[in-house]
Amino acid sequence: MSTEATGWSREEMARRVALDIPDGSYVNLGIGIPELVARYVPEGRELVYHTENGLLGMGPSPEEGGGEPELINAGKKRVTALPGAAYFHHADSFTMIRGGHLDLCVLGALQVAGNGDLANWSVGGPDAIPAVGGAMDLVAGVKAIYVVTQHVTKNGDPKLVEACTFPLTGRGIVDRVYTDLAVVDVTAEGFRLVELAPGVDEAYVRERTGAPLLPIREPQPQP
Amino acid sequence: MIDKRIASCAEAVADVFDGATVMIGGFGEAGSPIELIHALIDQGARDLTVVNNNTGSGEVGLAALIKAERVARMICSYPRTTNSTVFPVLYRAGKTQLELVPQGTLAERIRAGGAGIPAFYTPTSVGTPLAEGKEHRTFDGREYVLEHGLTADFAFIKGRVADRYGNVVYNKTARNFAPIMATAGKRTVVQVAEIVEPGGLDPEAVVTPGIFVQGVVHVPHPAHESELVARGESYP
Repeated sequence: MSTEATGWSREEMARRVALDIPDGSYVNLGIGIPELVARYVPEGRELVYHTENGLLGMGPSPEEGGGEPELINAGKKRVTALPGAAYFHHADSFTMIRGGHLDLCVLGALQVAGNGDLANWSVGGPDAIPAVGGAMDLVAGVKAIYVVTQHVTKNGDPKLVEACTFPLTGRGIVDRVYTDLAVVDVTAEGFRLVELAPGVDEAYVRERTGAPLLPIREPQPQP
Repeated sequence: MIDKRIASCAEAVADVFDGATVMIGGFGEAGSPIELIHALIDQGARDLTVVNNNTGSGEVGLAALIKAERVARMICSYPRTTNSTVFPVLYRAGKTQLELVPQGTLAERIRAGGAGIPAFYTPTSVGTPLAEGKEHRTFDGREYVLEHGLTADFAFIKGRVADRYGNVVYNKTARNFAPIMATAGKRTVVQVAEIVEPGGLDPEAVVTPGIFVQGVVHVPHPAHESELVARGESYP
């Protein structure tokens, strides 16, 4: 394998995701790196961030030591509510999710397969404590699903794979994956590279991807 | 006269019997009715089935109830929160069973139970291990699984303000499961920091109408789980 490339930090991955969110979108943010997306709203756009525990209009986390214990996000961390925010109960929250009212969901992953399958709730095994949260509802109901995750596990195993070996969260539901190394689309033909992180080359990403990876699509000449 | 006020948390939980199903409000620490849970620990009922999104943290509140081995079965979506150290031990020892339910399915099962709907079809969990063994049906070309409504003998929840009719308003994201649990509990008790006279709540702003509430307990300065955990406290 080539030497370690740096790629994007967690914050840069979160910012990179935010850059792709169209103005006016309602967006659910999951646990982990997705929580960081709430820090970023690209200039000139208005986005409404949703957290499954009952808040639309979620803002970034408060100053260290600030905030309040009854204003938290899906990861149970303290957040803020922006002007125009709304609180609601869980049945309404999942009416938004399952009923197709949210435009986009950003969540983490253990594995994503080239056919869009996602595994993100359990590593299986008899000793594992399974914990699903709202992930299965989100992938069943939200219009577009973006995954943000490290490209490989702590042990160096690929997280982008031909077929998930961990229990599934949903079948064929992932649209796009943002990693520390690249942005990758899930297409009818499988994974397709969209963009490389600065200082990362295609071969480096390919070595760390456990499934075929189509090259970046050349811009089509205008007719 | 209608007056649902109850003098103490101890009195509010006095009727909980061994083997009861108890819904407990809260998402993490937000909305957790810690004082009612501690009263339930003191009360001593065993073999409970508890419905909550999580399994508590540290050794206070819900985690303390589980640690005291009062909970035979947890129905929840996410038993793996930071500082949730009690549940994994009892789960692996086979002392507390787990029914893992996707969070939105859990919410809808509670909503359905409170609304008199025995079962419903949902797309959530199709194609995953959590759908195995459940009835499947296709509507308009899409596959769904059958899930059952959920009711409880008791629901213990936390609000911010109530009146003696049991009308409740909540605080920010502490609302979460409380309004739907209030509808699904045969006997719902809400602990609130403030009780006002009838008319003191704007009818347009009432979140839980009093018809869903059987008891109101005044807990003026409720504890917060994270603060108790940070201080290393345990209950009892």
